[in-house]
Amino acid sequence: MEAFLHQVLAGLATGGIYASLALALVMIYQATHLVNFAQGEMAMFSTYIAWSLIDAGLPYWAAFALTVVIAFVLGVVIERVVIRPVENAPVLAVVVVFIALLVILNSVTGWIYTYTIKTFPSPFPEQPLFGIKYMSSHEMGAIGVTLAVLLLLYAFFRFTPLGLAMRAAAQNPESSRLVGIRVGWMLALGWGLAAAVGSVAGMMVAPIVYLDPNMMGGILLYAFAAALVGGVDNPGGAVFGGFLVGVLENVLGAFVIGNELKLAVALVLIIGVLVVRPSGFFGKVYVTRV
Amino acid sequence: MSRRQLIVLAVVLALACALPFLVSNYRTFQFTLVLVYAIALLGLNILTGYNGQISLGHGAFYAIGAYCTAILMDKFGVPYWATLPVAGAVCLVAGFLFGLPALRLEGLYLALATFALGVSLPQLLKNHHVEKWTGGVQGIVISKPDAPFGLPLSPDQWLYFFSLAVAILMFALARNLLRGRIGRAMVAIRDHHIAAETMGVDTAMVKSLSFGVSAMYTGVAGALGAIAVQFVAPDSFNIFLSIVFLVGIVVGGLASITGAIYGALFIQFVPNIADELSKAAPWAIFGVFLILFVYLMPAGVAGALRMALARWQAKRQND
Repeated sequence: MEAFLHQVLAGLATGGIYASLALALVMIYQATHLVNFAQGEMAMFSTYIAWSLIDAGLPYWAAFALTVVIAFVLGVVIERVVIRPVENAPVLAVVVVFIALLVILNSVTGWIYTYTIKTFPSPFPEQPLFGIKYMSSHEMGAIGVTLAVLLLLYAFFRFTPLGLAMRAAAQNPESSRLVGIRVGWMLALGWGLAAAVGSVAGMMVAPIVYLDPNMMGGILLYAFAAALVGGVDNPGGAVFGGFLVGVLENVLGAFVIGNELKLAVALVLIIGVLVVRPSGFFGKVYVTRV
Repeated sequence: MSRRQLIVLAVVLALACALPFLVSNYRTFQFTLVLVYAIALLGLNILTGYNGQISLGHGAFYAIGAYCTAILMDKFGVPYWATLPVAGAVCLVAGFLFGLPALRLEGLYLALATFALGVSLPQLLKNHHVEKWTGGVQGIVISKPDAPFGLPLSPDQWLYFFSLAVAILMFALARNLLRGRIGRAMVAIRDHHIAAETMGVDTAMVKSLSFGVSAMYTGVAGALGAIAVQFVAPDSFNIFLSIVFLVGIVVGGLASITGAIYGALFIQFVPNIADELSKAAPWAIFGVFLILFVYLMPAGVAGALRMALARWQAKRQND
C-alpha cells in the first residue's frame, strides 16, 4: 500500500510536468488548430539556456525567470518567422515544418552543448519538505510550480483585457479583427506563452530525467496523450489529462507492465482515445457539414 | 511511355548495371542502401503523397520488415531471398490493421498517432517478452549472402544486383498500381474524399489498402536493408528513421514515383558529406532543407525537374 501511494504521488509530480506541456500544446491548438510537434524540443532548448545561465553564475530563480522570458521571445519569433508563411498551407506542409523545427532545435542543441548528459539542479532542498516521506521535495515543488503556472494562466486569460483579446482571436478571428484586435499578433503571443509554459515544464523535469537533447521525446508523447485524454481544445481537461497520464504511467509501469513498456502506455492511450472518443473526456464534439 | 522516356529509362538502367564495376565495394554498398531507401520512400509516398494520409511512423514498418528477415534467417535458417515475401506479407497485414483505426483519424491526428508509434517502437522491440526472438538491446547479427551459381561477383556487388532487381520489380508494380483504377481512387480520396465517395469509391477499403501496400513496400525495404547492413537492433529504428523517410519524400517530390529515387540519393549521401562538419550537422541540414522545400519547392526535386523540362520544351517550340 505504501509503495502504491508512493507511486501515485510520484505520478502526480511527473503528471504536473506533462500537464504543463499539454497545456502549451492546447494553447497553440486552440488558436490555430495545429499540434506543435516541436513543443518538446522548444522546452528542451530553453532548459539548456537555463543551464547556461546557471553555469554562468546566476542564482537559480533569476536564471529561471530570465529563461521564461527568453523562451517567450523565442516562441514569438518562431511563430512570426517560420509558422506565419505556412498559416494557410495544407496540413502536410505544416506538419513537415513542425518536424523540421524539431530536428533543427535538436541538432543545434547537440551542436552547441554536445550530446553528453548533464545534470540540472533542483531549486528545492534535498530533505523532504514538512517531514512527508512519500514524496521528494522536488516532486512537491514541481507540483507547486505547475499549479502556480496554471493559476497565473487562468487569471491572465480570465481577468486581463489582453487575455480576453487572445481568447477572442482564437475563437473567432474574423469578428475579432473587425473590433480591432490584431489577430496575427495574438497568435504570436499565444506561441510565446506556450513556449514559456513549456520552458517551465522543461526546467522542472530536467532534474528528474537529466539534460540531454533527446530528453523530451518521451515526455512530448505523454503530453500528447494528456492533451488528447482531456480533449485537445480544453485547457482544464489537458491539465486533468496530464495528472491522469502521470499517475497511470507510474502505477502501470511499477506494478503491471514494467518500466520498459511505459511509452507503450502513451501509444495505447493516444490511439485508444483517438479511435474511441476523439474529443477526449471534456472536449467539444464537432460536427462538420458536407 | 513515350519513346524518349524509354530511352532515358534504358540509359539509367544501363548506368545502374555498370555502377558496381566502376566504384569500390563500399560505394556499392552505399548504392545498395540507396535502392533500399528508394523502395521505402516509394512506400511512404504511396500513402502520404498519393493517398494524403500523413505517416510519421513508417520507420516502424521498416523495422518490422527488418526483424522478420533477421529472425527468419537467424532462428530458422531460411535463405535470404525467401524472407522478402514473408516480410512484405507481414507488413501488409500489419499496415492494413493499423490502417483500420487510422480510418477515423485525419491529417494531424493521424500524424500524431503514427508519431507515437514511431517514438515507442524501440521500447516495444526491447521488451523482454519478445527478447527470445528479437535479441533485445543486442539485436541480431546476420551474415551477408555470397553470389550464387559461382558468379564472379563480390558479396556487395551481388547484393546490389539483387536489390536492383527487387527495386525494379517494386517500381514497376507501383507504377501499374498508381496509374490504374486503384491509384486514381487513392488520388481522388486525397483531393476530396467526399466527392470520391459520391463517385462510388469505397474510401474505407482503399485507405486501409493504401496503408497496407505502403507498409508492405517499406517492410520489403527494411528486409533488404537488414540483409545489406547485416545487423538489426532496436535503437537503429527510432523516430529519426521515420523522419528521414519524411525528409526523403519531401525532398524527392510528393506523389511522384521517380521522386523516391532522388529522395533516396539525398538521404544517403547528404549526411555523409555533412558528417564531416559535425555529428549534429546532417540533422540541421535536413531540417533546413525540409523548411526550404516546403516554402520554395513544394513538389520536390521531381517537380522541379518536370517544370524545367516543360519550360525547355515550350521554349524549343517557340523558337
